Amino acid sequence: MTISKEQIIQTAKLARVKLNDNEMDDITQRLSSILELVDQMQAVDTSAVEPMANSLDAVQTLRVDLVDEPADKIARRNELLEGAPACEDGLFLVPRVID
Amino acid sequence: MTKPNTDLHNLTIAELHRGLQQKQFSSHELTEHFLQRITQLDTELNCFISVDAERALLLADEADQRLANGDTADLLGIPIAQKDIFCTRGMRTSCGSKMLDNFVPPYDATVIARMQQAGAVMLGKTNMDEFAMGSSNETSYYGPVKNPWDTNTVPGGSSGGSAAAVAARLAPAATGTDTGGSIRQPAALCGITGLKPTYGRVSRYGMIAFASSLDQGGPMTRSAADAAVLLNTMVGHDPLDSTSAHAVCPDFTKQLPKSIKGLRIGLPKEYFDQRLNTAMADKVHEALQHLTALGAELVDIELPNSALSVPAYYVIAPAEASSNLSRFDGVRYGYRCENPTDLEDMYTRTRSEGFGDEVKRRILVGAYALSAGYYDAYYRKAQQIRRLIKEDFVKAFEKVDVIAGPTSPSPAFALGAKQSDPVEMYLEDIYTIAVNLAGLPGMSIPAGFINKMPVGLQLVGNYFDESTLLNTAHQYQQVTDWHQRSPID
Repeated sequence: MTISKEQIIQTAKLARVKLNDNEMDDITQRLSSILELVDQMQAVDTSAVEPMANSLDAVQTLRVDLVDEPADKIARRNELLEGAPACEDGLFLVPRVID
Repeated sequence: MTKPNTDLHNLTIAELHRGLQQKQFSSHELTEHFLQRITQLDTELNCFISVDAERALLLADEADQRLANGDTADLLGIPIAQKDIFCTRGMRTSCGSKMLDNFVPPYDATVIARMQQAGAVMLGKTNMDEFAMGSSNETSYYGPVKNPWDTNTVPGGSSGGSAAAVAARLAPAATGTDTGGSIRQPAALCGITGLKPTYGRVSRYGMIAFASSLDQGGPMTRSAADAAVLLNTMVGHDPLDSTSAHAVCPDFTKQLPKSIKGLRIGLPKEYFDQRLNTAMADKVHEALQHLTALGAELVDIELPNSALSVPAYYVIAPAEASSNLSRFDGVRYGYRCENPTDLEDMYTRTRSEGFGDEVKRRILVGAYALSAGYYDAYYRKAQQIRRLIKEDFVKAFEKVDVIAGPTSPSPAFALGAKQSDPVEMYLEDIYTIAVNLAGLPGMSIPAGFINKMPVGLQLVGNYFDESTLLNTAHQYQQVTDWHQRSPID
């Protein structure tokens, strides 16, 4: 299966990645060769095979739904916010969404 | 002092432990010795992204205090290099990416926390392919690592910094992570010992996620005996990782001395076909002769679906990566683009400027494979193939205890040699990828040299049977000295 430039542009939009015009040919070619490799799978009949998401077929473990906030939660919150590109009043700051 | 300080970097972990216990040297002296070697040698090799000497010496002093109080923990006072994928509280964790160049985690990964409790001294954070995506360490934002055996060649990847650091004796041991071969392939290319445990053995908490159903941390050391000591500290159930296994954790050092007489070693015919070059085949057969001389039996086996492992992997891993890496949006931590005009612009420019080319490629492949209309043809299909690959191994392990073969198709290649074709680079992991898809433990051990460059023998074990792998590797290392060769005095 080959991938068209339009499909790449659409996928890039979904993934929130912008590609420059001068990258387009290179990426189209590289993605096509990856998809060619991946297409080798289509030769095998897997109609009777159950898909496997986890190699041990483990099921999602659940814990008891109890609040376990740390005692120093304000200090922890401040520590988390220290790494944020922008914050204000204990909140993450992003560009205005609603005018 | 019975041993001169200049020899400290050649000692095994057991010897370092003994030296520390008997007060032949202190952890402070030991740590200083390795920090000096890093200063001397790492400008050229580029194994480390971050070294915090002050912090390391502080940890060493704490270890010396514990030693003085009679603490005898195996890793106490021993310097360890940590792959820069493990979050370290208060110390930059970049994952080899511009996206996380300024990221200082507010918490420790479980692996880091366990090592710290055991008294290990973190020397620094090692270089790696960006977000662990690569087999040559060339996708790192911080530049490639050089292979200490020949600095014109790659160290392998993605744990290339850890592998090269251990090979060059810049650290007695290191940690790595392995999603498709990222511990075993660089271990092979740098002539060291690397172990990828069974999926779920080592907690993934705080280990920056690439492909969550495949990622697994493990030790990278000079010998199997050293790997067993590190593994003892790294394993165990962790409630903070929902995929962490509840399996019993033996003392991995206990079974090392056992005889391997009668051990059944499976040789998959698919790993020894015409695609394997002659020089590599010779090295593998030489290694197998040592193992049969020790009493092991060779058994021919088949892994009929193994050729499909690379295609299936290059759907599953990018699909999981595209989902995992969606968290890098410039909101909470890491890189944010300058002067975003709106939220959409901020997301898109942050990601376009923060991620390197290979990461973007994999995100695109993954997003495409998961998108409406393609999900069944790609992602579901790959998961079905994944089951077939696992079933091949399950069947093989009814007849054998260990599976052996090459770790990589060839020794280290020249820097830049495989950068123009992603598929050629992906085939570097042709022998290692199936092991991740099946979730099995795998190991690479030094098995000699081709044109003065090291090559590895891969051993694959049954689920949760790292003990047999370590035992086999250790017995092999009792009758060979490949693992003791060093590229630098």
